[in-house]
Order: sequence, then structure tokens, then C-alpha cells
Amino acid sequence: MDLKVVDKIVDRYKRKESALISILQDIQAEYNYLPKEALLHTRKRLNIPLTKIIRVATFYNIFTLKPRGRHLINVCMGTACHVKGAGRILEKLERDVGIRTGETTADLKFSLEIIRCLGCCSLAPVVRIDNDIYGKVKQDRVQEILKRYE
Amino acid sequence: MNKIESLKDLNSLKERSTELIFPHRTKILIGMASCGLASGAGEVFQTIAEEIKERKLDIALVRTGCIGFCQREPLVDIMKPGWPKISYCEMNSKKATEAIHQLLQEKIKREWILAKVVEEECLLEGTTRLYPLNGLPKKMEEIPSYKDISFYKKQVKIAMRNCGFIDPENIDEYIARGGYSALGKVLTQYDSEQVIGEITKSGLRGRGGGGFLTGRKWRYCQSAQGYPKYVICNADEGDPGAYMDRSILEGDPHSVLEGMLIGAYAIGSNEGYIYIRAEYPLAVKILKKAIKQAEDYGFLGKNIFNSGFDFTVQINRGGGAFVCGESTALMASIEGKVGEPRAKHIHTIESGLWGKPTNLNNVETWANVPLIIAKGADWYAKIGTKESKGTKVFSLVGKIENTGLVEVPMGITLKEIIYDIGGGVPEGKKFKAVQTGGPSGGCIPEELINLPVDFEELTRAGSMMGSGGMIVMDEDTCMVDVAKYFLSFLQDESCGKCTSCREGIKRMLQILTRITQGKGKDGDIELLEELSQVVAETSLCALGQTAPNPVLSTLRYFRDEYEAHIKDKKCPAKVCKDLITYSIDEEACRGCLVCKKLCPQEAITGERKQPHRINQDKCIKCGICLENCKFGAIRVE
Repeated sequence: MDLKVVDKIVDRYKRKESALISILQDIQAEYNYLPKEALLHTRKRLNIPLTKIIRVATFYNIFTLKPRGRHLINVCMGTACHVKGAGRILEKLERDVGIRTGETTADLKFSLEIIRCLGCCSLAPVVRIDNDIYGKVKQDRVQEILKRYE
Repeated sequence: MNKIESLKDLNSLKERSTELIFPHRTKILIGMASCGLASGAGEVFQTIAEEIKERKLDIALVRTGCIGFCQREPLVDIMKPGWPKISYCEMNSKKATEAIHQLLQEKIKREWILAKVVEEECLLEGTTRLYPLNGLPKKMEEIPSYKDISFYKKQVKIAMRNCGFIDPENIDEYIARGGYSALGKVLTQYDSEQVIGEITKSGLRGRGGGGFLTGRKWRYCQSAQGYPKYVICNADEGDPGAYMDRSILEGDPHSVLEGMLIGAYAIGSNEGYIYIRAEYPLAVKILKKAIKQAEDYGFLGKNIFNSGFDFTVQINRGGGAFVCGESTALMASIEGKVGEPRAKHIHTIESGLWGKPTNLNNVETWANVPLIIAKGADWYAKIGTKESKGTKVFSLVGKIENTGLVEVPMGITLKEIIYDIGGGVPEGKKFKAVQTGGPSGGCIPEELINLPVDFEELTRAGSMMGSGGMIVMDEDTCMVDVAKYFLSFLQDESCGKCTSCREGIKRMLQILTRITQGKGKDGDIELLEELSQVVAETSLCALGQTAPNPVLSTLRYFRDEYEAHIKDKKCPAKVCKDLITYSIDEEACRGCLVCKKLCPQEAITGERKQPHRINQDKCIKCGICLENCKFGAIRVE
């Protein structure tokens, strides 16, 4: 792993401990998850205990310590999506992708997670894959949507 | 770029920029907030851009925010000199191409048009600007005016005054509509006392949920000991079902920056933070650009408007934790720590961020500020009810015909919002309840439909204003399931600091889950009520204190549904999977094979043109047969 990338990120925030969340966000944007080596290196550069980093990394929902798939599927579980059947869409995705919520496929193609909420409530139920948002999703559209991702 | 150093500079820039929003050539605006993009506005934009390029058309094409009518997006507005502004709705690439072809022949596609605008209101100046009309196609006369269509008729746009009108990525358009004039006025003519006096007098209350008087909060923070002082914009819109803050940031970021600047000046702060959810990448991008543009003009930085006042703003992205919407947790998060709330024996206005006096307001509150300064407190205080002044933006979503963001004067009734603006419940279903206030709020039943909406009335009804989510529920929504949904949300989002919240919510959720599985027993309701009391009384922050609200309010108004689950093992709304079965009405079934092909479990058997059957042992109750049967042959019991 090229730790210079981590160095660059840490320096961007002037090695300030208060920027820890931003630093972790940038590391995750780079690697798609928080790799152990990157966290160990961040600890050294910020000169703070590793527990402090792990505490933040496990408190906030957006962080993950496990590698994510190439495509991240987020099923919105906001209230509007819930009453409009997002739960069924989630179950359909679990069946079609073949993993449970929170898991990643063995070939690292997809990760499936829930999110609350994307703020597109008028289009409920909503699914986001990477940066594409799909509104008014129906179960029978799921297959066609998944096929767009390689 | 020249710095703006005086009101005179600002005025001449405003004059020059008017051409941008009322151009002498055709202009096309496309609503490209997250909701618009999700409906396909990106493709529509691309198509129109290509048409313009290929045909070398003299047309200005710009992105704008969301005007609120998300249901009908993508929206494409055409401003052609001599015409009123017309709004095409539910566009796609094909329709967009056709609309452009029509436009080139001076024609319109009447049936695709939602509304027209014959005069544009310039709220800040209190003037209206007529579109000079001439040689109108006849069909245009029949198009209803924007103000006459039921969705907009009762709305009053204050916080969302510019959303869907201006290009949020062009500060000049904001200035053309009077932007930064309130800041100029404050910095050159007002002292701190006058600003706080004006905001206090206006009666503006926090739009994030608390409803605390904004002017009073500013006063306390201004008189608090300590320096530096901080102002923060809470853009951690965590309420699942509310998205007005996203829309304001994506559609009119400068209104928030201007509000923060005015607040900071009044309080005596030179440093601001915007704490924004990571789930809103577009809002972050637009906000960053807005800050850069404001810096270039000198609205942010040193010696703003030559007044000696300095102010800088920094963006902090959240980490996807609902609890960080709570003030002390939010501040901990900005400091790079985990977002755990602390006891507020000492308020954040005295000791907040880095232990310094800190004033926190939410996006919508800040967006109201410039207008109150520009139009005066008396003008603002005339809108609304005795205790709740001004307007509130609600996200009207769920089982409702017209979904979208609606900004209405306080005191309007639920009925007006749901039926007059929202158009009622779709598919002829029966209205059951409306959920307000997010996970801290509650469900308001049909018998209270005439309730005037303001802070006090909603609280009295067992719910709350919250950040303005309004989720409409129909007869197919199970209220026990809704309560379970909120508790499951809160269980995930509880930070875990207080035992009562961490464990109490979990136990309540277990009971509710049991009830929805048909395993409820006598005494469960009483146990839920007892736990509710403990969680509410012994939790440190509002997340725990209000966590039982969704349970208590559904118990208060829909106790019979709980009892049906517990005693009869029935889910009256036919939602709870363990209590329902799917079957096929053999008389209605035409044997079309659709459900058989779609069923993931191969639970459906039957030949073409023969009635189908569902094998109950295989059925997982996914509902795909129900969703796709054209003959209404699927029964749920």
C-alpha cells in the first residue's frame, strides 16, 4: 500500500486531530474502505492512540473497516420509503444479489447497505447505486437496474 | 473579480445581473436538485444542450434548484421574450427534443405544460415584474397560472424564495434577486442590538425542531463571556422523510450564507461552520462553490462591506449519525470526536464548540434571516399564528397525490395541506394518519385533520413540528409497523451513552417485533407504556427523551390496531407478514402467467388461461404478484 496517499490526506488537514473525521472520509474515498495499514499510519502521523481512531471509525455509519464492493447499493429506508415498500425492495435485492444487508459479494462486485435517508422522499422508494439515484423503484425493475453495473 | 465594498457596488452589480434572470434572449431552466436528477433531469439537460449546440441556437441553458413540485419532475422552464414563463413537467429526452422543436416554431405542447408565470415576484423589494407579452400562441391562454394551480395556491415562499428560480451556482443571479442587500444594510446601518431586536421582534423560531426563539438565542450568545464565538449551521438533516434543508442548500446556498453572516455580525462571531450530512454530496459541492464565490466578492473574509467585520465559513461533512443533529453531539463531531451528546447544565451558547459561546441554527432558520432584515420584523410577524410566526417548509410525502416541498404560513390546517395542496390520498384509498416530527414526533389521526399547524398545536396533539417531515399514511399503512420502524431507526442511531435509551429502546423494539409477529401477549401495551416513561425521563438528550413518541402517539390514536395484533393475531392494514396470507381469487384470475413468472419462490402454479394457485409453504409474501396483477386477483388476508 502506498502510504504517501495517506500522508497527503493528513497533511491536507495540517495533521490536526480535530480533522480526524474528514481525514477518515478522504481515506475511505480513496480506498473504498478504511484499510488497517492506512489507520495505523494515520495514528503515527497524528500521534494519537489507535483506539481513538477506531472509536470514530466504528461510531459513524459511513465508515467501514471491511473492503466494499465496486458498486455500493444503498436502499433508502427513510419514512416515506418505508411506507412505500422499501423493505420489499431491500429483500428483493438481497435475493437477487445473493447477500444480506451489510454484506459484500465474494467477487467484490456489490455491497448492499441501507441508508436513512437520501432526501428524495418524493420519489420513494429510492435506491442509490454509486452516484445514480433510482426513484419509484418496483420489484420487477430491480433486475434491469442491476444489469447496468459490471 | 472586483470586491463589493459598498451598497453602491452591490446595486450596480445587481443592475448588471438583472439580464441574467430576465434575459433578452430565450432562457431554459432545468430543475437539477437531487430529486430532479433522480427523475432524469440530467439526461434532459444533456439532450437540450446537444440540441442547442447542434443547431447553434441562441438560448441560455441553466441549472436551477427544486421548485418543490418533485412529483412532476423533471421540470423544464422556458423563458422566451414576449412569452410568459412556461413550465414543462415530467419531461424526458424525447419530450425535451420535441419541446425545443415546438419552441423554434413559436409553438408549445400544451398538454405537457404544468403552469405559466405571467409575473415574477421580487419578494425582497415587494415588487412584481411582469413578463412583457406579445404575439402569444392561442393555446397559452388556457394554461393555468402558477399561482392558480392548487399545489401552489396556498403556498408562501420565504425560505425557498429563490429555489427553482435562480442558478444556485451563480452568485450574480442571487444578487440580481436582491441577495446580500440585507447583509449590506446590516453592516452599514445597523448595530448588533438592532439586528437582534429585529429578529426577536419578528418572532422567528428555530426550524430544526426545537422551536426556540432565534432572536433570544442570539441575544444570550451575544452577551455570553468568551472569545472567539462561533456560529454553526446545522445541515445534518437527519429526520428520515424531511429534505427541505437539502433543497435550500442545493437551490439557494447564498441565502444560508447571508443569514449566517447577519447572525455572526449580531452575535460578534468571526468564524462559522456548516455541518452537513455526507449523504448530500450535491449540496456539499454547491455549497463549496457558493463559499468560494462569496469570498471572491468579499462577502466572506476580511473587512466585509468595508465595515471592519470579518467572517469565514468552513464546511464539515457529517458521518451518517442521526444523533449528530443534536447540538452538543454536532459540536463534538466538528471537534473530530464521536458524536455523543453531553448534559446541558451549561448551554452551548455559553460553552459550545471548543468550550466557547456557540450559536447553532438550522438551514431553514438561517435562510429566513435575510428576508426578515430586508422586509422588516413587522412584515414577517404578520404571517403565521400568535406564537408561531412566518412560514414553514414541509416535505409532503408518503401516500399522497402531489408529493413535494411545500412552504406554507403557520396556522394552515392539516386538511388544507393534505387535500388542497397535496390533492389527497391516491388510488381512492382512505386517509389514515399523518406523521410529523420524524422519529421524535408522532402520528396524527384523521379526526384531527382540521388541526392548525404550528409548534404548539402539533405538540398538543402528541406530535411535534420537528424539521418538517409530513408523511401521509393511508389505510394500507400499519401503525404498529410504523412505530416499530421508528424504534428500529432509533435503536440503530442511539449513541449508547445512556442505558435507558440504549437498552430501553431495544426492549421496546423487541416487544413491538413480537406483536407484529403475532406473538404479542396481554400486558405488552402496558409494558410499552411503562418503558416509554422511563426512556423519556432518564435519557440525556432529545433522541432518547422523545424516542417513545411514535409508540405513544400510535397507542393514543390507534390502540385498536395494537389490540388486533395482540388479541386477534390480525394486522388490519395487511402489512405484517406473519399475520397475512396471499391467495388468488380464482374467479378474477385470467391465467395470464405474469405472477407465476415473477414469483421468486416458484410458489405459484397453474397453466395459461387456467386459474393460478399459491403454495403457502413456499410463499415468502414478497408481494410481487400483488404489485403486478392487472386483474386484482391477488387477495391478502
